[in-house]
Amino acid sequence: MSAHPHSHAGQDHGHGHDHGHDAPHSTRGGYITGFLLSVVLTAIPFGIVMGGWIADTRVAVAICAALAMVQIVVHMIYFLHMNSKSEQGWTLMALVFTIIIIVIALAGSLWVMYNMNLNMMPGMASGAGM
Amino acid sequence: MSDTLIKMIFGRLSIESLPIHEPIVVATFAGVALGGVALLSALTYFRLWGYLWKEWFTTVDHKRIGIMYMVLGLVMLLRGFADAIMMRLQQSMAFGANEGYLNAHHYDQIFTAHGVIMIFFVAMPFVTGLMNFVVPLQIGARDVSFPFLNNFSFWMTAAGAALVMASLFIGEFARTGWLAMAPLSGLDYSPDVGVDYYIWALQIAGVGTLLSGVNLVATIVKMRAPGMGLMKMPIFTWTALATNILIVAAFPVLTAVLAMLSLDRYVGTHFFTNTAGGNPMMYVNMIWIWGHPEVYILILPAFGIFSEVTSTFSGKRLFGYTSMVYAVLVITILSYLVWLHHFFTMGSGASVNSFFGITTMIISIPTGAKIFNWLFTMYKGRIRFELPMMWTIAFMLTFVIGGMTGVMLAVPPADFVLHNSLFLVAHFHNVIIGGVLFGLFAGINYWWPKAFGFKLDKKWGLVSFWCWVVGFWVAFTPLYVLGLMGVTRRLRHFEDPSLQIWFVIAAIGAAIIAVGIAAFLLQIFVSIRNREALRDDSGDPWNARTLEWATSSPPPAYNFAFSPVIHDLDAWYDMKARGAKRPLTGYLPIHMPKNTGAGVILAGFSLVVGFAMIWYIWWLAAAAFLGLLVTAIAHTFNYDRDFYISAEEVTETENARTAVLARHGA
Repeated sequence: MSAHPHSHAGQDHGHGHDHGHDAPHSTRGGYITGFLLSVVLTAIPFGIVMGGWIADTRVAVAICAALAMVQIVVHMIYFLHMNSKSEQGWTLMALVFTIIIIVIALAGSLWVMYNMNLNMMPGMASGAGM
Repeated sequence: MSDTLIKMIFGRLSIESLPIHEPIVVATFAGVALGGVALLSALTYFRLWGYLWKEWFTTVDHKRIGIMYMVLGLVMLLRGFADAIMMRLQQSMAFGANEGYLNAHHYDQIFTAHGVIMIFFVAMPFVTGLMNFVVPLQIGARDVSFPFLNNFSFWMTAAGAALVMASLFIGEFARTGWLAMAPLSGLDYSPDVGVDYYIWALQIAGVGTLLSGVNLVATIVKMRAPGMGLMKMPIFTWTALATNILIVAAFPVLTAVLAMLSLDRYVGTHFFTNTAGGNPMMYVNMIWIWGHPEVYILILPAFGIFSEVTSTFSGKRLFGYTSMVYAVLVITILSYLVWLHHFFTMGSGASVNSFFGITTMIISIPTGAKIFNWLFTMYKGRIRFELPMMWTIAFMLTFVIGGMTGVMLAVPPADFVLHNSLFLVAHFHNVIIGGVLFGLFAGINYWWPKAFGFKLDKKWGLVSFWCWVVGFWVAFTPLYVLGLMGVTRRLRHFEDPSLQIWFVIAAIGAAIIAVGIAAFLLQIFVSIRNREALRDDSGDPWNARTLEWATSSPPPAYNFAFSPVIHDLDAWYDMKARGAKRPLTGYLPIHMPKNTGAGVILAGFSLVVGFAMIWYIWWLAAAAFLGLLVTAIAHTFNYDRDFYISAEEVTETENARTAVLARHGA
């Protein structure tokens, strides 16, 4: 991975902005696709909750959560222009690292707290819902 | 009417908030006030305000910001150590009928302040300061990616430190221990301002820490000199990269936890309360998700320093560079998988405890690999026992013991016995003093000549070194013993007189460390006085190997007249070996960022916001927050941010250096 030769001391000077040489240039089509996908992915959970389409709340929550995650991906691809090539792969690497850390922290916390609740003295677990 | 008006104007701040009934605090205040007045008048008398403001406070030069971080760390070290010695004194005398000299209210604040200050305002500024100073030089850059942000980050950290210091004289500090565990830190059990001081100090300083993390990651990723691929990066830069990634990933967790705690305290939510569905255990869980990576944030740069020092003073390339890099990266990930070992005893089942026990033991493997790499670097090397190398060897001996007691604590059944005991206290001081602090002293002695152009005095350095190392062991071995006997931490008074002798020994150890700190200050003083004799003109006093030694000491504002081209891992050693000549002509104008006072002003407003929120002075908080927003927006319209150092000026500076080098005989 080679670094750019640089004559600038820093990159936050008022004008000399030259960001995004290697970031893919977005097109209007890309933004519209992203927008439409986001609308659909938002409308479905909205309908599920407001219209009461699905009786079982657990299933409803699961579907909403799944669609939310899909929407995160849509935002990253269409609005944040993330792909495996931008910034010489650093963006993708940062994303993978972020996901690893979030999964560790979330899954770990759920496991830890669930396990802790399980080991509560009988009768005490109710007060300490997670 | 007037009563409500006063409440509206001053919130809960009143004359009673000043601790005039505590003679120790009053005496301290008198001392600080006298010293402060003396310092301020000296600055005025010698007309230094303009110089300080123009050259230092508003600077965007990473080297000067780095030095300011080090000064902040040093000042706070004195405060944190004063707390330490007060605790040691109290514990060595408070037996049986003797209550000691500190009441419980004061003592609890002292151990909390000691922990908070030493981690957030000593270790962190020292580590950030060294990274700030060294990393851009090591990668051949002119500055960090975002020079103004760097200045702002420093002042936010300083503002947080100022809040902690203010709590000593206005109101009180938290009495909860350094992590302010809920529900003790909730409004029910800590209704006073102490925890609010804690929250706002850490939140404000946290902004600085996070932004400087972003800044350094961007710098290392984007601004390396041509030819410096990732696997040609100096090992200290690698550890700095890992540490800053950890900062960026971990500090938002702390921010979120503290934000939720503030909501509990300010608007009556129930995240961490005992009642209404709150769960204090979630606080413990989340704060350690930040807290454990924090430990590695501190120790990884220290590992980097030891690697550079060992390689330089053994006159050899670092043994196992690749394995060192992978060890750092493995530690970066693994540091997120061990947090529960801080609360094995909270009530998780065997499956959870054994998982986290095992991951904790696994993390000692890459750490052990590093120790062997350093030993093999020294093996058959021509070792020079300069001060940085001595600190490194002391680290290896001390840290290995601390690591092993750590592995003991990682065994859940053993932890059930040792948890919350002085054994634990001895363990983490063993790794933080023996690891982080020794590393920082190695780093300070190593890079001082680069920063100021003269070496530090060796004689006083040796006094400081021996006092610190001996003092550490005298102070903390008794704590290991007491911990194994079952003495718990944070106690102010003891019944069993047979324990007293151990506490007396520990107090003697603390006194020896005090001499070590005094000798360190004296070392700086003597070196400044004898700077002509200690002068180094070559820019490379240690015959070192990495790029920062290629430029002059102290480096010019632009660091390098030309971006160096890198061919080898030890870039400067490679240049020396190939007989590379400094280019003497053809200098170009250099594009540089301009100094700005916006960082100081923004941090000043943040300080006022924090102080007003602590004391419930809502109008002031709102006004200061508005000021913060306006300044931030106004600053975005400041287009006068850059200038060029003219080619003539560069030529002049470089010619002066050529003349010095010629005199020096290089």
